[in-house]
Amino acid sequence: MSESPFHKILIGFAFSPNLKANVFEAMRLASFLDAHLYFLHVGSKSVAKEKTFTDILEDSPVKPEKLSAIWEKGEPVETIREQCQKNNIDLLLLGAMQRENMLKFYMGSIARKLTRNAPCSVLLLIKPSVIRKPTQHMVVNAFESPQTESTILSAFHFGKALNVNKITLVEEINRSEVAVEADDDRGLRKVTLRKEKLKRRELSRVKEILSHIPDSLIEGIKVHSQNIFGTRGYSIGHYAKVVRADLLIMNAAENRKGFFGRIFPQDLEHILSELPTDVLVIKSKGNG
Amino acid sequence: MGALPANIFAGFVVSLVALPLGLGLAIASEAPPIAGIISAVVGGVVVALLGGSQLTIAGPGNGLVIVLLSSITLLGEGNLYQGYLFTLAAVALSGMLIFLFGVFRFGALSEFFPASALQGMLAAIGIGILSKQIHVMLGITTAAGSPISLLAQVPESVLFIIQNASLEVLVAASMGVGCLLILTLYSRIRNPVFHLVPAPMWVVFLAIGLSYYYEYIMAVPYPMGEDLLIKLPENLLGNLPFPDFGKVKTLEFVGVVFSLTLISCIESLLSIKAVDKLDPLKRRSNVNKDLRALGIATTISGFVGGLNVVTVIARSSVNVNNGGSNRSANLFHALFLLVFILLFQDQIQRIALPALAAILVYTGYRLAAPENLIMLFKIGKEQAAIFLVTLGMTLAYGLITGIAFGVFATFIIHILINKSLFLFTRNWLKPNVLMFKEEDSGNYFVSVKNFCSFLNFYKLKALLDEIPEHEHAIVDFSLCEFVDHTVMEGLNGYRRGFASKSGVFEIIGLDVHFSDTQHPFAIRKVMPMKDFLNLGSHLTKRQKSLEALSKKLKWSYRPELSSDPQSLEKFEYFKSKQINYQYNVLVDATERFSLFDLSYSEGAFIAKEDLKSSFLMIKLDEQVPQFILDKEHLLASLYEPLGYKDIDFIDAPDFSRRFFLSGKNRSEIRKWFSPELIFFFESHSYFHIETNKNILLIKGKNRLSSIDEIKKMLAFGTELTHILKK
Repeated sequence: MSESPFHKILIGFAFSPNLKANVFEAMRLASFLDAHLYFLHVGSKSVAKEKTFTDILEDSPVKPEKLSAIWEKGEPVETIREQCQKNNIDLLLLGAMQRENMLKFYMGSIARKLTRNAPCSVLLLIKPSVIRKPTQHMVVNAFESPQTESTILSAFHFGKALNVNKITLVEEINRSEVAVEADDDRGLRKVTLRKEKLKRRELSRVKEILSHIPDSLIEGIKVHSQNIFGTRGYSIGHYAKVVRADLLIMNAAENRKGFFGRIFPQDLEHILSELPTDVLVIKSKGNG
Repeated sequence: MGALPANIFAGFVVSLVALPLGLGLAIASEAPPIAGIISAVVGGVVVALLGGSQLTIAGPGNGLVIVLLSSITLLGEGNLYQGYLFTLAAVALSGMLIFLFGVFRFGALSEFFPASALQGMLAAIGIGILSKQIHVMLGITTAAGSPISLLAQVPESVLFIIQNASLEVLVAASMGVGCLLILTLYSRIRNPVFHLVPAPMWVVFLAIGLSYYYEYIMAVPYPMGEDLLIKLPENLLGNLPFPDFGKVKTLEFVGVVFSLTLISCIESLLSIKAVDKLDPLKRRSNVNKDLRALGIATTISGFVGGLNVVTVIARSSVNVNNGGSNRSANLFHALFLLVFILLFQDQIQRIALPALAAILVYTGYRLAAPENLIMLFKIGKEQAAIFLVTLGMTLAYGLITGIAFGVFATFIIHILINKSLFLFTRNWLKPNVLMFKEEDSGNYFVSVKNFCSFLNFYKLKALLDEIPEHEHAIVDFSLCEFVDHTVMEGLNGYRRGFASKSGVFEIIGLDVHFSDTQHPFAIRKVMPMKDFLNLGSHLTKRQKSLEALSKKLKWSYRPELSSDPQSLEKFEYFKSKQINYQYNVLVDATERFSLFDLSYSEGAFIAKEDLKSSFLMIKLDEQVPQFILDKEHLLASLYEPLGYKDIDFIDAPDFSRRFFLSGKNRSEIRKWFSPELIFFFESHSYFHIETNKNILLIKGKNRLSSIDEIKKMLAFGTELTHILKK
């Protein structure tokens, strides 16, 4: 049986009103995944701060076995990156911000930079809470990419640990692949047929991936497959929102360096500018 | 091929309308009258061969009159004929642009304009046409100026006629007014024989007839001024004018080309969309292919002396109503026009301008009709404001400036309503639509986020266009903060399209907006019909009698309007008609009988006829063969093109003579019509009766039925179901 890819989790914390919720979420997650949890505060250490922090730790109903706290001064993005590398972290937790008066969440600039450049997987939490809200439905990307297979495997590990009941694999198919326009009735028939064909192709690809996943991970989880013709990286977020998923799992951005990488927003950018739900960005091992 | 005779017939009827309209539109543009016919002939031939729609008719359009008129006067600098030659060059070039629009798939162009702004622009065009032609209709060709000043001059013209009441002046004026009366009263007179000839052709007959009357019966010269008669060139095919490209580099010329292109495209696209809704077979037109064909036709037309070729709604609807079923009708309309112009030159030159002007006044009035404004006002005050801004700006500064102001005004109003510019600027270019086919149910689910207005409706449309209309589509707006009138109107079009192909098109998630005062468009558009009548408090006398009747029968009665036409669209009778709304609904306790008034319309634009009739719908216990039963003669000609032949019974000659009976499965119908049933029909008054599966539809008169007639209809229906039970 393959091993869970999440052994070490790091969360950066600041002394904000959200501190307690953030800490509780992290503790819960670490104990579910049976992982070593690192707390990192970028800033100076004081007795008062330490006291507040340990008080919160004491309050938590669950406690992972291994816990460490790191206090480090420096520029936030760089410091967090360095600590992740140094401690060989598998998963970094980040909190989202909420637009004023609106039920919309987005990533702050620090979190964005980290998501793009983190050496490990990143979990973006839109609404950390003190009391546990169980994760029930996960939406996982399954579009054609070399990373997808390992993302799906990690998703099943994560889902098993969190005891989710449903996983939907979403295959986003670019509209341009259809290559026909529904100008008139004949065009429409062609488009419909072509979509059916692409759908079957995607379905067999996803089936193939699923067959590589150990049965013990799939057991007890309802697995669905849904294909969407639409803008890659956008549709899946919109879909997660429509089906009220609790967690969206995506591939990390492919490393497209240079001019074009800057001009064209990568698949993740749509999600980062408007988080539909909690998002887990999986960085496959051996891919950076 | 079987449809060929029907299409030749439809083409012939259309050509009867196209002849006066073509002549009139050309004259209104200050171009030679023949130019209108040339564009119709070229358009008919080219678009029939290369176009992407089945039922549309191409020819000179109303919308372009204003642009052409200003171009001919502006470029000609006083010399109208020279201006016409310069304009021909602009027409030819705009044709190339239209062709390119088709190549680059700009068929969605008309979606980018707010619906109310487009209506305002069309109204301005209508006023432009009407203001000038109303003088010509009265026999005065000297009036000139801007549309507003022309309207202000109308009392002067009337005064002039009274003061100089010579025979010549009076004949011209009374012919114009008489023709206008024919046109306005045409749809009121429901005499089938009178309706065999379209209204514009009656006008032509009247004008030509009067000229012959003076010449042969009175034997005096026709008292009509030389300047009020049509002049055709001596040798029609020999000296076609050639465009003059001398002004290509001037700014005015470029402006004209641009305006011609834009207005042609908008008019054509709107018409194609409207004609698709009238198609009994519900085919979808390829608008980009049509644009390419129209572009080629326009260029050719420009080189042989014709005007812009656009898709025209009124003539197309005449085509649909007369049984046209494919592109050949457009071709035949062109060929018939060619025949008319070659064979009846003398007769055409006898048509007096006041008669043609009456047709144009009527056209202009229908474009600018106050009903349109009132309708918009009921949807929302802001819609009326957009309409008026566009109308005013178009009249003052021309079409392009006018429509630009309309778009701008709409955008500002949207910002004010949402109290947020951010909502639009931040989300405009971002994707906002998602569509997926639900794996378990097979339904198409479409979700829209942020906002949906004329600015980004094309994104939603692109998705909706890929759903086959016989499927089940669900459009969810619960994540969408703002939906505008243009979108709601567009979606209503989809709903109709789906309903006619037995699909389902549902809009959900707008109830969130209902309670929210920030979304007035949604609220008013979702149930626009509620405001039409002040219900409950003022029932009319007829409604009160209906209510009393319902109490006596212990049926339920709902006076309010509903826009959900149930399964009516499946009946043959409604195949080429548009159902507007249903009201005064009486339903019995078992919900088997329902009696209702229905508002529906036939044709479009100047050929549009609004109808209201009372219907009785009965759900039977078992399926019956599909058939249509009506009075003989009238319907026979209407349904035969659709493949319905009269079924006669040898042993019931009286029934066979008096009734038209038809249906798809003839032998089954013969078996089903028992002698008892035939006797029942023979001994009762006529109704239009149609069946569809287990539903029986009985239609009353071509107007609302009186209470007595409704009682008779009920008795007829009840008795009929008794016989059927046996």
